[in-house]
Amino acid sequence: MVKMRTLEIAVGAFMVAGLVALFFLAMHVSNLSNLAAGDGYRIRANFDNVGSLKVRSPVSMSGVRVGRVESIAYDQQRFQAVVTMLIDEQFNSIPTDTFANIFTAGLLGEKYIGLDPGGSMEVLADGDQIEHTQSALVLEQMIGRFLLSKAEEGVD
Amino acid sequence: MSGPLNAPFNALASLGRVVLDRVARFGRAHVLLLGMLAGLPSLLPRPRLLLLQLYATGVLSVLIVVVSGLFVGMVLGLQGYYVLSQFGAAESLGVMVAASLVRELGPVVTALLVAGRAGSALTAEIGLMKTTEQLSGLEMMAVDPVKRVLSPRLLGGFLSMPLLAALFSAVGVLGGYFVGVGLLGVDSGAFWSQMQAKIDFHGDVLNGVIKSLVFGFVVTWIALFEGYDAVPTATGISRSTTRTVVNAALAVLALDFVLTALMFGD
Repeated sequence: MVKMRTLEIAVGAFMVAGLVALFFLAMHVSNLSNLAAGDGYRIRANFDNVGSLKVRSPVSMSGVRVGRVESIAYDQQRFQAVVTMLIDEQFNSIPTDTFANIFTAGLLGEKYIGLDPGGSMEVLADGDQIEHTQSALVLEQMIGRFLLSKAEEGVD
Repeated sequence: MSGPLNAPFNALASLGRVVLDRVARFGRAHVLLLGMLAGLPSLLPRPRLLLLQLYATGVLSVLIVVVSGLFVGMVLGLQGYYVLSQFGAAESLGVMVAASLVRELGPVVTALLVAGRAGSALTAEIGLMKTTEQLSGLEMMAVDPVKRVLSPRLLGGFLSMPLLAALFSAVGVLGGYFVGVGLLGVDSGAFWSQMQAKIDFHGDVLNGVIKSLVFGFVVTWIALFEGYDAVPTATGISRSTTRTVVNAALAVLALDFVLTALMFGD
């Protein structure tokens, strides 16, 4: 039988090691450290096609992540997708005439929203809407157009 | 009554007996479980009982879990690199290693290891206590053996498993990092940043913890029941120990499918 004191120390060390491992998984392996960035404000943008954009996809400016997609809904009056973005509080000087594009990270990577700042002196606030948007590039449409133009060249 | 006409009835009767036997065992397992759960509050004044079980199930399993986790992570790093580098996506190695460990291999392999290392020991221990009539001895002294002996073991296994699984995953990620970044030259920043971008705390890490809690509970329950229900002979105990490992492994794998379907189904 192991002595009680040694046993207590061993169990204590085991609990600490397990909790440290859980903490490591939470902070270094998962995105919890990014989530804890605090509150922010919401802006909306309408797109004709969001492609495979997902809730929680990043929103970035000049390649820096400034927020995340909070929800994607469908507007039945305008027949467009409504994307609500949660922008981090510290990025509070985005001009109102900012352009929102849906890009793809790499050739096959995930979709994300890239914001291209305009020149207006007024800045976006909670609940505002971005007017200038460009839809996601759908690979199938591009290939279709390319093939069509090739076919037309062949007719001449 | 004998003769060739009886043969089909005999076959039917033995089938019925097997089914009834199984159902009765299943029922006994649940009665025992209720008894053990009812015994949990009586642990509060005696935390030392739980401490001993945390040592037996948790601390003594740390070595095998950590070493296995390290090697599983290293193999994942190696295999993942060869596949991903064919698509020019070697930077995604971190995501692949961490996702497989946190979602699946951490909880499942840890549960299988614990079933083999600690579960079989539990069955043998309880079975031997039954054989040497220590359990009846306790009853004679008006001590409920289910509350005094089995309940702390159930709680010990339940609490140890998520910690062991977290250790397994964490060491595995470090093993994958060692092979991928240290030996094969994947970019260190990309390894971590891609991992953090793609692994979700609620979706992946917490679901892994929930899985390992369920596995810890089921593996310990099976081990304790097999020991408590063992035929009190040397052969009986050895059979029960084997059954613990087989049944616990099958239960873990089947439950893993069910839990994965529930958690990642949508």
